[in-house]
Amino acid sequence: MLTDEEVKHIAKLARLKLSDSEVERLGKQISGVLDYVNILAEVDTAGVQETSQVTGLQNVMADDVVLKSPASREELLACSELPVDSKQVRVIKIMK
Amino acid sequence: MANFNKLTIRQAAEGLRAKNFSAEELLNDCLAQIKLRDKDLNAFVTLDENGAREQAQTVDKKLEAGEKLPLLAGIPMAVKDLIYTKGVKTTCASPILKDFVPPYDATVMEMLKAQDIVMIGKTNLDEFACGGSTEHSCFGPTKNPFDLTRVAGGSSGGSAACVAADMCLYSLGTDTGGSIRQPASFCGIYGMKVTYGRVSRSGVNSMASSWDTVGNFARNVEDIALVLQQIAGKDRRDMTTPDVAVPDYSSFLNKDVKGMKIGLPKEYFAEGVDPEVVAAVKNSAKKLEKLGAEIVEVSLPYTKYAVAVYYVSVPAELSANLERFDGIRYGKKPSEDPADIVDFYFKARGEGFGDEIKRRIMIGTYVLSAGYFDAYYKKAQRVRTLIIRDFAEAFEKVDALIAPVAPTPAFKVGELVNDPLAMYMADVLTIPVNAAGLPGLACPCGVTASGLPIGLQIIAPQFEEGRCLQVASALEKV
Repeated sequence: MLTDEEVKHIAKLARLKLSDSEVERLGKQISGVLDYVNILAEVDTAGVQETSQVTGLQNVMADDVVLKSPASREELLACSELPVDSKQVRVIKIMK
Repeated sequence: MANFNKLTIRQAAEGLRAKNFSAEELLNDCLAQIKLRDKDLNAFVTLDENGAREQAQTVDKKLEAGEKLPLLAGIPMAVKDLIYTKGVKTTCASPILKDFVPPYDATVMEMLKAQDIVMIGKTNLDEFACGGSTEHSCFGPTKNPFDLTRVAGGSSGGSAACVAADMCLYSLGTDTGGSIRQPASFCGIYGMKVTYGRVSRSGVNSMASSWDTVGNFARNVEDIALVLQQIAGKDRRDMTTPDVAVPDYSSFLNKDVKGMKIGLPKEYFAEGVDPEVVAAVKNSAKKLEKLGAEIVEVSLPYTKYAVAVYYVSVPAELSANLERFDGIRYGKKPSEDPADIVDFYFKARGEGFGDEIKRRIMIGTYVLSAGYFDAYYKKAQRVRTLIIRDFAEAFEKVDALIAPVAPTPAFKVGELVNDPLAMYMADVLTIPVNAAGLPGLACPCGVTASGLPIGLQIIAPQFEEGRCLQVASALEKV
Protein backbone atom coordinates (compact mmCIF):
# COMPACT_ATOMS: atom_id res chain seq x y z
CA MET A 1 0.00 0.00 0.00
CA LEU A 2 1.43 3.36 -1.01
CA THR A 3 1.52 6.02 1.68
CA ASP A 4 -0.02 9.45 1.06
CA GLU A 5 3.51 10.85 0.93
CA GLU A 6 4.50 8.38 -1.80
CA VAL A 7 1.36 9.19 -3.80
CA LYS A 8 2.12 12.90 -3.53
CA HIS A 9 5.71 12.30 -4.59
CA ILE A 10 4.65 10.34 -7.70
CA ALA A 11 2.12 13.08 -8.55
CA LYS A 12 4.90 15.64 -8.20
CA LEU A 13 7.17 13.71 -10.57
CA ALA A 14 4.27 13.50 -13.05
CA ARG A 15 3.41 17.21 -12.62
CA LEU A 16 -0.16 16.50 -11.51
CA LYS A 17 -1.86 18.70 -8.96
CA LEU A 18 -4.03 16.47 -6.77
CA SER A 19 -6.56 17.40 -4.10
CA ASP A 20 -6.40 15.62 -0.73
CA SER A 21 -9.40 13.50 -1.62
CA GLU A 22 -7.71 12.53 -4.91
CA VAL A 23 -4.56 11.52 -3.05
CA GLU A 24 -6.64 9.20 -0.92
CA ARG A 25 -8.91 7.80 -3.63
CA LEU A 26 -6.38 7.45 -6.47
CA GLY A 27 -3.69 6.26 -4.06
CA LYS A 28 -5.84 3.36 -2.91
CA GLN A 29 -6.75 2.41 -6.48
CA ILE A 30 -3.15 2.63 -7.70
CA SER A 31 -1.99 0.47 -4.79
CA GLY A 32 -4.59 -2.12 -5.78
CA VAL A 33 -3.27 -2.23 -9.34
CA LEU A 34 0.37 -2.43 -8.20
CA ASP A 35 -0.53 -5.29 -5.85
CA TYR A 36 -2.23 -7.08 -8.73
CA VAL A 37 0.67 -6.72 -11.19
CA ASN A 38 2.92 -8.39 -8.63
CA ILE A 39 1.68 -11.72 -10.03
CA LEU A 40 4.37 -11.16 -12.68
CA ALA A 41 6.93 -12.02 -10.00
CA GLU A 42 5.80 -15.66 -10.05
CA VAL A 43 6.81 -16.06 -13.72
CA ASP A 44 10.26 -17.50 -14.35
CA THR A 45 11.80 -15.13 -16.90
CA ALA A 46 15.43 -16.20 -16.55
CA GLY A 47 17.14 -15.80 -19.91
CA VAL A 48 14.04 -14.32 -21.56
CA GLN A 49 14.61 -11.29 -23.78
CA GLU A 50 12.55 -8.14 -23.22
CA THR A 51 10.05 -7.17 -25.90
CA SER A 52 9.86 -3.50 -26.75
CA GLN A 53 8.47 -3.84 -30.26
CA VAL A 54 6.66 -6.68 -31.95
CA THR A 55 7.16 -6.67 -35.72
CA GLY A 56 10.92 -7.09 -35.79
CA LEU A 57 11.68 -3.83 -37.59
CA GLN A 58 15.31 -2.76 -37.31
CA ASN A 59 17.08 0.40 -38.40
CA VAL A 60 14.15 1.82 -40.35
CA MET A 61 15.51 4.00 -43.14
CA ALA A 62 13.71 6.50 -45.33
CA ASP A 63 14.70 8.21 -48.56
CA ASP A 64 16.48 11.47 -47.85
CA VAL A 65 13.58 13.59 -49.01
CA VAL A 66 12.19 16.48 -47.02
CA LEU A 67 8.47 16.02 -46.39
CA LYS A 68 6.17 18.97 -46.43
CA SER A 69 4.84 19.68 -42.95
CA PRO A 70 1.13 18.90 -42.80
CA ALA A 71 0.55 22.24 -41.04
CA SER A 72 2.13 25.68 -41.27
CA ARG A 73 3.96 27.38 -38.39
CA GLU A 74 1.09 29.87 -38.03
CA GLU A 75 -1.51 27.10 -37.84
CA LEU A 76 0.52 25.28 -35.20
CA LEU A 77 1.07 28.45 -33.15
CA ALA A 78 -2.68 29.13 -33.30
CA CYS A 79 -3.23 25.91 -31.32
CA SER A 80 -1.83 27.56 -28.20
CA GLU A 81 -4.04 29.48 -25.78
CA LEU A 82 -1.01 31.55 -24.76
CA PRO A 83 0.09 34.77 -26.48
CA VAL A 84 2.21 34.39 -29.60
CA ASP A 85 5.21 36.68 -29.78
CA SER A 86 7.87 36.75 -32.54
CA LYS A 87 6.61 33.43 -33.94
CA GLN A 88 6.93 31.80 -30.54
CA VAL A 89 4.58 30.93 -27.68
CA ARG A 90 5.17 33.28 -24.75
CA VAL A 91 5.18 31.42 -21.41
CA ILE A 92 5.26 32.99 -17.97
CA LYS A 93 8.58 34.13 -16.60
CA ILE A 94 10.94 31.30 -15.65
CA MET A 95 13.92 33.19 -14.16
CA LYS A 96 13.17 34.97 -10.92
CA MET B 1 -37.10 8.39 -44.52
CA ALA B 2 -36.07 5.54 -46.79
CA ASN B 3 -33.55 4.02 -44.42
CA PHE B 4 -30.59 4.34 -46.80
CA ASN B 5 -28.56 4.57 -43.58
CA LYS B 6 -29.06 0.81 -43.11
CA LEU B 7 -27.40 -0.15 -46.40
CA THR B 8 -24.04 -1.87 -46.70
CA ILE B 9 -21.21 0.06 -48.33
CA ARG B 10 -21.55 -1.88 -51.57
CA GLN B 11 -25.33 -1.45 -51.69
CA ALA B 12 -24.97 2.27 -51.05
CA ALA B 13 -22.21 2.64 -53.66
CA GLU B 14 -24.33 0.83 -56.24
CA GLY B 15 -27.43 2.84 -55.33
CA LEU B 16 -25.51 6.09 -55.80
CA ARG B 17 -24.22 5.02 -59.21
CA ALA B 18 -27.67 3.79 -60.32
CA LYS B 19 -29.04 7.21 -59.22
CA ASN B 20 -31.56 5.49 -56.94
CA PHE B 21 -30.67 8.16 -54.39
CA SER B 22 -28.13 10.94 -53.99
CA ALA B 23 -25.25 11.17 -51.55
CA GLU B 24 -27.15 13.99 -49.86
CA GLU B 25 -30.23 11.79 -49.38
CA LEU B 26 -28.01 9.05 -47.97
CA LEU B 27 -26.50 11.59 -45.58
CA ASN B 28 -29.95 12.93 -44.64
CA ASP B 29 -31.08 9.47 -43.54
CA CYS B 30 -27.98 9.11 -41.35
CA LEU B 31 -28.52 12.56 -39.82
CA ALA B 32 -32.20 11.79 -39.19
CA GLN B 33 -31.21 8.59 -37.44
CA ILE B 34 -28.68 10.52 -35.32
CA LYS B 35 -31.38 13.02 -34.31
CA LEU B 36 -33.67 10.14 -33.42
CA ARG B 37 -31.24 8.04 -31.38
CA ASP B 38 -28.21 9.99 -30.28
CA LYS B 39 -29.80 11.91 -27.41
CA ASP B 40 -30.14 8.49 -25.74
CA LEU B 41 -26.94 6.87 -26.98
CA ASN B 42 -24.42 9.76 -26.84
CA ALA B 43 -22.26 8.21 -29.56
CA PHE B 44 -21.21 11.52 -31.12
CA VAL B 45 -19.25 14.27 -29.39
CA THR B 46 -19.04 16.55 -32.44
CA LEU B 47 -21.20 16.59 -35.55
CA ASP B 48 -19.89 18.23 -38.71
CA GLU B 49 -23.19 18.50 -40.48
CA ASN B 50 -22.13 21.36 -42.76
CA GLY B 51 -18.87 19.75 -43.76
CA ALA B 52 -20.65 16.46 -44.42
CA ARG B 53 -23.34 18.13 -46.51
CA GLU B 54 -20.79 20.03 -48.57
CA GLN B 55 -18.89 16.83 -49.20
CA ALA B 56 -22.07 14.93 -50.15
CA GLN B 57 -23.04 17.69 -52.59
CA THR B 58 -19.57 17.57 -54.14
CA VAL B 59 -19.97 13.83 -54.67
CA ASP B 60 -23.42 14.32 -56.17
CA LYS B 61 -22.06 16.89 -58.62
CA LYS B 62 -19.26 14.53 -59.64
CA LEU B 63 -21.72 11.67 -60.13
CA GLU B 64 -23.97 13.98 -62.14
CA ALA B 65 -21.02 14.85 -64.35
CA GLY B 66 -20.43 11.15 -64.93
CA GLU B 67 -17.11 11.04 -63.08
CA LYS B 68 -15.86 7.63 -62.05
CA LEU B 69 -15.55 7.74 -58.26
CA PRO B 70 -13.88 5.47 -55.72
CA LEU B 71 -16.12 2.94 -53.99
CA LEU B 72 -16.22 4.82 -50.67
CA ALA B 73 -17.24 8.12 -52.31
CA GLY B 74 -20.32 9.64 -50.70
CA ILE B 75 -20.51 7.00 -47.97
CA PRO B 76 -21.19 8.54 -44.53
CA MET B 77 -18.80 7.50 -41.78
CA ALA B 78 -17.67 8.53 -38.29
CA VAL B 79 -14.28 8.83 -36.60
CA LYS B 80 -13.15 8.17 -33.04
CA ASP B 81 -12.32 11.53 -31.47
CA LEU B 82 -8.70 10.46 -30.92
CA ILE B 83 -7.94 10.71 -34.65
CA TYR B 84 -7.03 14.15 -35.99
CA THR B 85 -9.48 15.71 -38.42
CA LYS B 86 -8.32 18.96 -39.98
CA GLY B 87 -10.55 21.87 -38.94
CA VAL B 88 -12.85 19.65 -36.87
CA LYS B 89 -12.49 19.55 -33.10
CA THR B 90 -10.54 16.54 -31.77
CA THR B 91 -10.94 16.32 -28.01
CA CYS B 92 -9.79 12.82 -27.03
CA ALA B 93 -12.76 13.17 -24.62
CA SER B 94 -10.38 15.00 -22.30
CA PRO B 95 -10.92 18.36 -20.60
CA ILE B 96 -7.37 19.32 -21.58
CA LEU B 97 -8.22 19.15 -25.31
CA LYS B 98 -11.85 20.29 -25.03
CA ASP B 99 -11.48 22.99 -27.68
CA PHE B 100 -8.57 21.64 -29.70
CA VAL B 101 -8.93 21.89 -33.48
CA PRO B 102 -6.08 20.08 -35.24
CA PRO B 103 -4.54 21.92 -38.19
CA TYR B 104 -3.92 18.72 -40.15
CA ASP B 105 -5.44 15.32 -40.86
CA ALA B 106 -4.23 11.97 -39.58
CA THR B 107 -2.80 9.88 -42.42
CA VAL B 108 -5.86 7.58 -42.30
CA MET B 109 -8.11 10.59 -42.80
CA GLU B 110 -6.00 11.81 -45.71
CA MET B 111 -6.26 8.36 -47.29
CA LEU B 112 -10.04 8.21 -46.83
CA LYS B 113 -10.63 11.80 -47.91
CA ALA B 114 -8.88 10.94 -51.17
CA GLN B 115 -11.81 8.53 -51.61
CA ASP B 116 -14.34 11.38 -51.34
CA ILE B 117 -15.87 10.03 -48.14
CA VAL B 118 -18.49 11.91 -46.12
CA MET B 119 -17.33 12.37 -42.54
CA ILE B 120 -20.35 12.98 -40.32
CA GLY B 121 -18.63 13.57 -37.02
CA LYS B 122 -16.43 12.49 -34.16
CA THR B 123 -17.34 9.76 -31.73
CA ASN B 124 -17.15 9.37 -27.98
CA LEU B 125 -14.41 7.40 -26.23
CA ASP B 126 -12.80 6.88 -22.86
CA GLU B 127 -10.45 9.81 -22.24
CA PHE B 128 -7.34 9.30 -24.44
CA ALA B 129 -8.69 5.80 -25.21
CA CYS B 130 -8.09 4.62 -21.63
CA GLY B 131 -10.95 2.44 -20.50
CA GLY B 132 -13.30 -0.33 -21.47
CA SER B 133 -16.71 1.32 -21.24
CA THR B 134 -16.59 4.90 -22.62
CA GLU B 135 -17.58 6.01 -19.12
CA HIS B 136 -14.22 7.78 -18.61
CA SER B 137 -15.27 10.52 -21.05
CA CYS B 138 -15.71 14.19 -20.22
CA PHE B 139 -18.87 13.99 -22.37
CA GLY B 140 -20.51 11.23 -20.29
CA PRO B 141 -20.91 7.57 -21.25
CA THR B 142 -22.11 6.15 -24.55
CA LYS B 143 -25.05 3.80 -24.03
CA ASN B 144 -25.55 0.42 -25.62
CA PRO B 145 -28.06 0.48 -28.51
CA PHE B 146 -29.44 -2.89 -27.33
CA ASP B 147 -30.02 -1.77 -23.73
CA LEU B 148 -29.69 1.84 -22.61
CA THR B 149 -28.84 0.82 -19.05
CA ARG B 150 -25.66 -0.86 -20.33
CA VAL B 151 -22.36 0.41 -21.69
CA ALA B 152 -21.44 0.32 -25.37
CA GLY B 153 -17.98 -0.91 -24.42
CA GLY B 154 -14.78 0.99 -24.87
CA SER B 155 -12.72 2.73 -25.45
CA SER B 156 -14.15 3.16 -28.98
CA GLY B 157 -17.73 2.99 -27.63
CA GLY B 158 -19.08 5.83 -29.76
CA SER B 159 -17.69 4.38 -32.97
CA ALA B 160 -19.31 1.02 -32.21
CA ALA B 161 -22.68 2.40 -31.09
CA CYS B 162 -23.10 4.73 -34.09
CA VAL B 163 -22.57 1.88 -36.57
CA ALA B 164 -24.72 -0.57 -34.58
CA ALA B 165 -27.54 2.02 -34.43
CA ASP B 166 -27.34 2.71 -38.21
CA MET B 167 -26.21 6.33 -37.79
CA CYS B 168 -23.55 5.84 -40.46
CA LEU B 169 -22.22 2.96 -42.53
CA TYR B 170 -18.80 2.47 -40.94
CA SER B 171 -16.41 4.07 -38.49
CA LEU B 172 -12.80 4.20 -37.38
CA GLY B 173 -11.48 3.35 -33.95
CA THR B 174 -8.30 2.39 -32.16
CA ASP B 175 -7.40 -0.80 -30.27
CA THR B 176 -4.63 -0.86 -27.66
CA GLY B 177 -6.01 -3.59 -25.40
CA GLY B 178 -9.38 -4.42 -26.94
CA SER B 179 -10.84 -0.97 -27.66
CA ILE B 180 -12.26 -1.96 -31.06
CA ARG B 181 -13.10 -5.63 -30.49
CA GLN B 182 -14.81 -5.29 -27.11
CA PRO B 183 -17.25 -2.49 -28.08
CA ALA B 184 -17.93 -4.26 -31.41
CA SER B 185 -18.80 -7.37 -29.42
CA PHE B 186 -20.98 -5.45 -26.92
CA CYS B 187 -22.84 -3.73 -29.78
CA GLY B 188 -23.25 -6.76 -32.06
CA ILE B 189 -21.13 -5.59 -35.02
CA TYR B 190 -17.75 -6.35 -36.63
CA GLY B 191 -14.54 -4.67 -35.49
CA MET B 192 -11.08 -5.15 -36.99
CA LYS B 193 -7.99 -4.84 -34.82
CA VAL B 194 -5.11 -4.93 -37.29
CA THR B 195 -1.56 -6.19 -36.94
CA TYR B 196 0.61 -3.67 -35.10
CA GLY B 197 1.91 -1.31 -37.81
CA ARG B 198 -0.54 -2.37 -40.53
CA VAL B 199 -2.35 1.00 -40.45
CA SER B 200 -0.58 4.32 -39.93
CA ARG B 201 -0.97 6.04 -36.57
CA SER B 202 0.37 9.37 -37.71
CA GLY B 203 -2.06 12.03 -36.48
CA VAL B 204 -3.65 9.66 -33.97
CA ASN B 205 -3.08 10.61 -30.36
CA SER B 206 -0.56 8.18 -28.89
CA MET B 207 -1.52 6.20 -25.84
CA ALA B 208 0.95 3.30 -25.69
CA SER B 209 3.23 3.37 -28.69
CA SER B 210 4.19 -0.31 -28.77
CA TRP B 211 0.53 -1.41 -28.46
CA ASP B 212 -1.69 1.11 -30.31
CA THR B 213 -3.42 0.23 -33.59
CA VAL B 214 -6.02 1.94 -35.78
CA GLY B 215 -8.86 -0.13 -37.23
CA ASN B 216 -12.48 -0.10 -38.34
CA PHE B 217 -16.06 -1.03 -37.47
CA ALA B 218 -18.82 -2.20 -39.80
CA ARG B 219 -22.05 -4.18 -39.86
CA ASN B 220 -20.75 -6.89 -42.20
CA VAL B 221 -17.47 -8.54 -43.18
CA GLU B 222 -17.23 -7.13 -46.69
CA ASP B 223 -17.50 -3.55 -45.38
CA ILE B 224 -14.62 -4.29 -43.01
CA ALA B 225 -12.52 -5.49 -45.97
CA LEU B 226 -13.42 -2.54 -48.21
CA VAL B 227 -12.39 0.10 -45.67
CA LEU B 228 -9.31 -1.79 -44.45
CA GLN B 229 -8.14 -1.89 -48.08
CA GLN B 230 -8.01 1.91 -48.11
CA ILE B 231 -6.28 2.51 -44.78
CA ALA B 232 -3.66 -0.27 -44.65
CA GLY B 233 -0.10 0.23 -45.78
CA LYS B 234 3.26 1.84 -45.19
CA ASP B 235 3.36 5.51 -44.23
CA ARG B 236 6.49 7.62 -44.23
CA ARG B 237 5.01 9.60 -41.32
CA ASP B 238 4.75 6.45 -39.15
CA MET B 239 8.03 4.55 -39.10
CA THR B 240 6.40 1.56 -37.38
CA THR B 241 4.47 0.70 -40.56
CA PRO B 242 6.53 -2.03 -42.24
CA ASP B 243 6.90 -2.40 -45.97
CA VAL B 244 4.63 -5.46 -46.17
CA ALA B 245 2.43 -5.75 -49.26
CA VAL B 246 -1.27 -5.08 -48.71
CA PRO B 247 -3.26 -7.97 -50.22
CA ASP B 248 -6.64 -7.67 -51.90
CA TYR B 249 -8.76 -8.19 -48.78
CA SER B 250 -11.99 -8.79 -50.72
CA SER B 251 -10.37 -11.83 -52.34
CA PHE B 252 -10.54 -13.63 -48.98
CA LEU B 253 -14.31 -13.26 -48.66
CA ASN B 254 -15.19 -16.12 -50.98
CA LYS B 255 -12.51 -18.57 -49.93
CA ASP B 256 -13.91 -21.49 -47.97
CA VAL B 257 -12.47 -22.83 -44.74
CA LYS B 258 -12.24 -26.47 -45.85
CA GLY B 259 -9.09 -28.02 -44.45
CA MET B 260 -8.28 -25.00 -42.34
CA LYS B 261 -7.06 -25.73 -38.82
CA ILE B 262 -8.71 -23.54 -36.24
CA GLY B 263 -7.64 -23.53 -32.60
CA LEU B 264 -9.74 -22.97 -29.51
CA PRO B 265 -7.41 -21.67 -26.77
CA LYS B 266 -8.64 -23.43 -23.65
CA GLU B 267 -7.69 -20.56 -21.32
CA TYR B 268 -10.27 -18.36 -23.10
CA PHE B 269 -13.09 -20.70 -22.13
CA ALA B 270 -12.07 -21.10 -18.49
CA GLU B 271 -13.80 -20.19 -15.27
CA GLY B 272 -15.00 -16.60 -15.17
CA VAL B 273 -16.19 -16.62 -18.76
CA ASP B 274 -19.99 -16.46 -18.94
CA PRO B 275 -21.48 -19.86 -19.92
CA GLU B 276 -23.71 -18.21 -22.55
CA VAL B 277 -20.61 -16.65 -24.13
CA VAL B 278 -18.76 -19.99 -24.10
CA ALA B 279 -21.76 -21.76 -25.66
CA ALA B 280 -22.14 -19.18 -28.47
CA VAL B 281 -18.46 -19.30 -29.43
CA LYS B 282 -18.35 -23.12 -29.32
CA ASN B 283 -21.46 -23.19 -31.47
CA SER B 284 -19.63 -21.10 -34.07
CA ALA B 285 -16.72 -23.54 -33.89
CA LYS B 286 -19.16 -26.35 -34.69
CA LYS B 287 -20.39 -24.41 -37.71
CA LEU B 288 -16.83 -24.07 -38.96
CA GLU B 289 -16.31 -27.79 -38.44
CA LYS B 290 -19.38 -28.48 -40.59
CA LEU B 291 -17.85 -26.27 -43.28
CA GLY B 292 -14.81 -28.53 -43.31
CA ALA B 293 -12.46 -26.81 -40.88
CA GLU B 294 -10.62 -28.87 -38.32
CA ILE B 295 -11.14 -27.62 -34.76
CA VAL B 296 -8.30 -28.27 -32.32
CA GLU B 297 -7.87 -27.31 -28.70
CA VAL B 298 -4.68 -25.35 -28.02
CA SER B 299 -3.18 -23.82 -24.91
CA LEU B 300 -1.85 -20.31 -24.33
CA PRO B 301 -0.57 -20.77 -20.78
CA TYR B 302 0.64 -17.19 -20.21
CA THR B 303 -2.80 -15.69 -20.91
CA LYS B 304 -3.44 -15.01 -17.25
CA TYR B 305 -0.44 -12.67 -17.01
CA ALA B 306 -1.44 -10.45 -19.96
CA VAL B 307 -3.51 -7.97 -17.94
CA ALA B 308 -0.60 -7.46 -15.53
CA VAL B 309 1.86 -6.99 -18.43
CA TYR B 310 -0.52 -4.45 -19.94
CA TYR B 311 -0.98 -2.45 -16.73
CA VAL B 312 2.76 -2.03 -16.36
CA SER B 313 3.79 -1.51 -19.97
CA VAL B 314 0.87 0.64 -21.16
CA PRO B 315 0.87 3.15 -18.28
CA ALA B 316 4.66 3.42 -18.64
CA GLU B 317 4.40 4.31 -22.33
CA LEU B 318 1.35 6.49 -21.72
CA SER B 319 2.98 8.49 -18.94
CA ALA B 320 5.76 9.42 -21.37
CA ASN B 321 3.40 10.13 -24.29
CA LEU B 322 1.12 12.35 -22.23
CA GLU B 323 4.01 14.49 -21.02
CA ARG B 324 3.36 16.59 -24.12
CA PHE B 325 0.15 17.91 -22.58
CA ASP B 326 1.36 20.87 -20.58
CA GLY B 327 -1.18 23.51 -21.62
CA ILE B 328 1.43 25.47 -23.54
CA ARG B 329 1.63 24.45 -27.19
CA TYR B 330 -1.96 23.22 -27.25
CA GLY B 331 -4.67 22.32 -24.79
CA LYS B 332 -6.27 24.23 -21.95
CA LYS B 333 -4.14 26.56 -19.88
CA PRO B 334 -4.83 26.63 -16.10
CA SER B 335 -8.08 28.32 -15.09
CA GLU B 336 -6.34 30.39 -12.36
CA ASP B 337 -3.04 32.23 -12.59
CA PRO B 338 -0.11 29.98 -11.73
CA ALA B 339 2.65 31.11 -9.38
CA ASP B 340 5.42 29.98 -11.74
CA ILE B 341 6.02 27.74 -14.73
CA VAL B 342 6.09 24.51 -12.68
CA ASP B 343 2.82 25.50 -11.02
CA PHE B 344 1.48 26.13 -14.53
CA TYR B 345 2.17 22.48 -15.44
CA PHE B 346 0.70 21.16 -12.17
CA LYS B 347 -2.51 23.12 -12.62
CA ALA B 348 -2.94 22.57 -16.36
CA ARG B 349 -2.49 18.80 -15.97
CA GLY B 350 -4.33 18.52 -12.64
CA GLU B 351 -7.38 20.26 -14.12
CA GLY B 352 -7.02 18.82 -17.60
CA PHE B 353 -6.94 15.07 -16.93
CA GLY B 354 -9.68 12.83 -15.57
CA ASP B 355 -9.28 10.15 -12.89
CA GLU B 356 -8.33 7.24 -15.16
CA ILE B 357 -5.61 9.26 -16.90
CA LYS B 358 -4.22 10.45 -13.58
CA ARG B 359 -4.16 6.86 -12.31
CA ARG B 360 -2.38 5.58 -15.41
CA ILE B 361 0.13 8.44 -15.53
CA MET B 362 0.97 7.78 -11.88
CA ILE B 363 1.27 4.01 -12.33
CA GLY B 364 3.52 4.63 -15.33
CA THR B 365 5.63 7.16 -13.46
CA TYR B 366 5.98 4.73 -10.56
CA VAL B 367 7.03 1.67 -12.60
CA LEU B 368 9.56 3.72 -14.59
CA SER B 369 11.16 5.30 -11.53
CA ALA B 370 14.59 4.27 -10.29
CA GLY B 371 14.40 1.18 -8.11
CA TYR B 372 11.18 -0.13 -9.68
CA PHE B 373 12.18 -0.14 -13.35
CA ASP B 374 13.64 -3.67 -13.33
CA ALA B 375 11.04 -5.21 -11.03
CA TYR B 376 8.05 -3.90 -12.94
CA TYR B 377 8.85 -2.54 -16.39
CA LYS B 378 11.56 -4.95 -17.53
CA LYS B 379 9.78 -7.88 -15.93
CA ALA B 380 6.61 -7.03 -17.86
CA GLN B 381 8.58 -6.79 -21.10
CA ARG B 382 9.98 -10.29 -20.47
CA VAL B 383 6.58 -11.79 -19.73
CA ARG B 384 5.33 -10.10 -22.91
CA THR B 385 7.92 -12.16 -24.79
CA LEU B 386 6.44 -15.33 -23.27
CA ILE B 387 2.93 -14.33 -24.40
CA ILE B 388 4.26 -13.81 -27.92
CA ARG B 389 5.85 -17.30 -27.79
CA ASP B 390 2.52 -18.80 -26.71
CA PHE B 391 0.89 -17.56 -29.90
CA ALA B 392 3.88 -18.52 -32.07
CA GLU B 393 3.68 -22.09 -30.78
CA ALA B 394 -0.08 -22.22 -31.32
CA PHE B 395 0.29 -20.98 -34.90
CA GLU B 396 2.67 -23.86 -35.61
CA LYS B 397 -0.34 -26.13 -35.10
CA VAL B 398 -3.26 -24.03 -36.38
CA ASP B 399 -4.01 -21.40 -39.03
CA ALA B 400 -6.18 -19.21 -36.83
CA LEU B 401 -7.72 -19.09 -33.36
CA ILE B 402 -11.25 -18.33 -32.33
CA ALA B 403 -12.17 -17.20 -28.84
CA PRO B 404 -14.64 -15.03 -26.96
CA VAL B 405 -13.90 -11.28 -27.15
CA ALA B 406 -15.00 -10.52 -23.60
CA PRO B 407 -15.83 -12.75 -20.64
CA THR B 408 -19.33 -11.25 -20.40
CA PRO B 409 -21.83 -9.37 -22.54
CA ALA B 410 -22.18 -5.59 -22.01
CA PHE B 411 -22.21 -4.68 -18.33
CA LYS B 412 -24.33 -2.02 -16.63
CA VAL B 413 -23.42 1.66 -16.74
CA GLY B 414 -21.76 2.45 -13.39
CA GLU B 415 -21.14 -1.21 -12.53
CA LEU B 416 -17.33 -1.19 -12.81
CA VAL B 417 -16.43 2.47 -13.11
CA ASN B 418 -15.24 2.87 -9.51
CA ASP B 419 -13.35 -0.41 -9.46
CA PRO B 420 -10.44 0.07 -11.90
CA LEU B 421 -9.08 -3.44 -11.44
CA ALA B 422 -12.44 -5.09 -12.21
CA MET B 423 -12.73 -2.89 -15.31
CA TYR B 424 -9.21 -3.92 -16.38
CA MET B 425 -10.12 -7.61 -16.03
CA ALA B 426 -12.88 -7.14 -18.63
CA ASP B 427 -10.04 -6.91 -21.19
CA VAL B 428 -8.41 -10.19 -20.16
CA LEU B 429 -9.24 -11.93 -23.47
CA THR B 430 -8.36 -9.07 -25.81
CA ILE B 431 -5.09 -7.79 -24.32
CA PRO B 432 -2.92 -10.82 -25.24
CA VAL B 433 -3.58 -10.15 -28.96
CA ASN B 434 -2.22 -6.61 -28.58
CA ALA B 435 0.74 -7.87 -26.58
CA ALA B 436 1.73 -10.01 -29.56
CA GLY B 437 0.77 -7.43 -32.21
CA LEU B 438 -1.62 -9.84 -33.94
CA PRO B 439 -4.73 -9.09 -35.99
CA GLY B 440 -8.07 -9.93 -34.39
CA LEU B 441 -11.50 -9.55 -35.94
CA ALA B 442 -14.52 -9.33 -33.63
CA CYS B 443 -17.67 -10.89 -35.09
CA PRO B 444 -21.17 -11.16 -33.67
CA CYS B 445 -21.95 -14.82 -32.84
CA GLY B 446 -25.23 -14.83 -30.99
CA VAL B 447 -27.30 -13.17 -28.30
CA THR B 448 -27.92 -14.00 -24.66
CA ALA B 449 -31.33 -15.07 -23.35
CA SER B 450 -31.85 -11.44 -22.35
CA GLY B 451 -31.05 -10.23 -25.86
CA LEU B 452 -27.50 -8.89 -25.49
CA PRO B 453 -25.01 -9.46 -28.32
CA ILE B 454 -22.13 -11.91 -27.91
CA GLY B 455 -18.93 -11.61 -29.94
CA LEU B 456 -16.09 -13.89 -30.89
CA GLN B 457 -12.67 -12.90 -32.16
CA ILE B 458 -10.72 -14.54 -34.96
CA ILE B 459 -7.00 -14.24 -34.30
CA ALA B 460 -4.37 -14.85 -36.99
CA PRO B 461 -0.58 -14.49 -37.34
CA GLN B 462 0.80 -11.01 -38.02
CA PHE B 463 -0.27 -9.45 -41.35
CA GLU B 464 -2.81 -12.23 -41.97
CA GLU B 465 -5.87 -9.99 -41.66
CA GLY B 466 -7.12 -11.79 -44.78
CA ARG B 467 -7.35 -15.04 -42.87
CA CYS B 468 -9.53 -13.38 -40.20
CA LEU B 469 -11.81 -12.09 -42.97
CA GLN B 470 -11.93 -15.54 -44.59
CA VAL B 471 -13.14 -17.25 -41.40
CA ALA B 472 -15.53 -14.39 -40.56
CA SER B 473 -17.01 -14.46 -44.03
CA ALA B 474 -17.58 -18.23 -43.84
CA LEU B 475 -19.36 -17.80 -40.51
CA GLU B 476 -21.40 -14.85 -41.79
CA LYS B 477 -22.82 -16.97 -44.59
CA VAL B 478 -24.17 -19.82 -42.41
